[in-house]
Amino acid sequence: MILDIDTKLLKKNAYRVTKQRGITALRIRVPGGHLNIKYFDIIKEVAEKYGNGTVHITTRQGFEIPGISMEKIDEINELISPIIRGLKDEGVQIEDEEGGYPAAGTRNVSACIGNRVCPFANYDTTALALKIEKLIYPNDYHVKIAVTGCPNDCIKAHMQDIGIIGQVEPIYDPSRCIGCQACVKNCKRRVTGALTFENFKVVRDPNRCISCGECILKCPTSAWTRGEKYYRIVIMGRTGKKNPRLAQTFIEWADEESVLKIIKNMYDFIDKYIDKTLDKEHVGYIVDREGFKKFKEEVLKDVKLPKKAKVANHIDYTGYRYERNTIYD
Amino acid sequence: MGIELDVKSFDNALKILSKKYKIFAPVRLKGKGSFSDTDLVTYGEISSYKDIELSEKSRYSPKEVIYPITQTLFYFTEDEYKEPEIDDKGIIVFLRPCDANSYLKLDNIFLKNGPYEDNYYKRLRDKVKFFVIECTKGFSTCFCVSTGSNKFLDYDVFFRFDNDKITCDVKNDEFSYAFSGKEVEFTPEFIEKNEIEVKLPDIDKISQNLEYVFNHELWDEYTKRCIACGRCTVSCPTCSCFSMQDIFYKDNPKCGERRRVWASCMVDGFTDVAGGHSYRQKYGERMRFKVMHKIYDYKKRFGTTMCVGCGRCDDVCPEYISFIKIVSKVTDAVDRGESK
Repeated sequence: MILDIDTKLLKKNAYRVTKQRGITALRIRVPGGHLNIKYFDIIKEVAEKYGNGTVHITTRQGFEIPGISMEKIDEINELISPIIRGLKDEGVQIEDEEGGYPAAGTRNVSACIGNRVCPFANYDTTALALKIEKLIYPNDYHVKIAVTGCPNDCIKAHMQDIGIIGQVEPIYDPSRCIGCQACVKNCKRRVTGALTFENFKVVRDPNRCISCGECILKCPTSAWTRGEKYYRIVIMGRTGKKNPRLAQTFIEWADEESVLKIIKNMYDFIDKYIDKTLDKEHVGYIVDREGFKKFKEEVLKDVKLPKKAKVANHIDYTGYRYERNTIYD
Repeated sequence: MGIELDVKSFDNALKILSKKYKIFAPVRLKGKGSFSDTDLVTYGEISSYKDIELSEKSRYSPKEVIYPITQTLFYFTEDEYKEPEIDDKGIIVFLRPCDANSYLKLDNIFLKNGPYEDNYYKRLRDKVKFFVIECTKGFSTCFCVSTGSNKFLDYDVFFRFDNDKITCDVKNDEFSYAFSGKEVEFTPEFIEKNEIEVKLPDIDKISQNLEYVFNHELWDEYTKRCIACGRCTVSCPTCSCFSMQDIFYKDNPKCGERRRVWASCMVDGFTDVAGGHSYRQKYGERMRFKVMHKIYDYKKRFGTTMCVGCGRCDDVCPEYISFIKIVSKVTDAVDRGESK
């Protein structure tokens, strides 16, 4: 049997080269980690008919169906066309519905469960994830984005190239406050201690406040209520072999429009500065090479941030490097 | 006889009345719910029919209209003090019968509890005109029939809101000038049966078995389950406890004000006394104190049950503790205890 396969195309098609010759695995995108249950039947059919009857849930909230023969890719692509059409119906620009996934470099946009379910979430993460998916997919550039409802960061936005964290501006009406201090105690115990109690009312230190909204949730009288929704953008967090690290705050108090524009601009930045001699280059490494200043300039082009927004002047990434002189026991 | 109104003539009536009255009703505040993308239904000032929210029970009760959460009693400086002015306008409150009855319960506490009337309460309460909203179905946690608060006949004007068809009965002639429309047969209706029926305990039986109820194990469960957040008391239309706060202004501590602010028997600090001691440290004990006030102590003193059966405490409890269930447990315990 002759196997003549363009592995570059295979990878772009969301399949992968596995350790077993001729056997591949298919990754199903699940934007925002939320999927209509009707697609389960298709995933099941692919796994049972073409795979080994199992499915792996990926770290980015997709499904990976292993044990597929590379020869069956065309058949499978046809079988999964309703899933692709589903993306298209959501507004993702895909030309060929029968050809499987058109790109795999830009990874699935993952999301915590968000405010459709979670009381802590400050916005609908699933909806934002879909908006981002529409904006950036299909694309070959290697980018990881995740969105999370609040600074608890359950989706681990801090491990992404771009992480979006929901913020809410808490609004305090002192006349409704009964001084129970539920907010003060909770902020001290579970958040950052941004609240103090003075003259029987609550004082909020805006520099300590991380706008998580816990005070609003704890308030029995609605003395704390929700103001505008905002987003904190953290950037260039990653695992990987080169200097793994947590993402750092790039912008606080951004609005949705700015978030989307910045993400879009980041692709122009990549396009401009990517090392084209390489097979692929992860955005984090490009920013490391070109510097934060250049990145900032490029991604903020034509972005109209809200008045409240604060942009980091400089980012000090720590993380760790393997070449340092760790002293072991 | 009643008067039939359309939205336009209703709005016109509100416009006329607003010259002499501040008008309150349940309103929907968009995005102001505790959770994101949820609304808060509460009492607020209205100017038109569309402002009134009838599809949902208000989270907070209309008690804050006449008994504000924070109320300055007087301002003081070195050798002078002054009571704050209040608005000249009267107060119209659109409310359901349970909430209207809650005003009568508050009256007992503030006006008939001891030799003095509470002037701060009285001067707002005297302004109130009851615009009662007909309520024949209630909501899923209502039990006003069980507490005898389903009817309120001493209204000024009574309203039936049937989609955009409004019928009213103007009992207080003072308001006849504002409402004009076709005269129709109209008999106000009240809810006769709630989804939930609660048997209240016999207070004589409790009095005879006070130690037994006081020490009953049923309260222990709430020491574990209750988080002492006070939501039940804040939303309750009949809870009336307050604390005093003397504020000395930061820039000039020679001036300041004395405020009274709602307090809650469920919240830490309520029983703090000189020397640092406090009572009812177990949350189950606080629950007992609250529940017994609602269904026993108040009735013993004033001859009527304090609870009006609005069910807000059940609606707002983040720990899913049901006051209704506790009342049933008390009744059961009392009945069983007596038979022992």
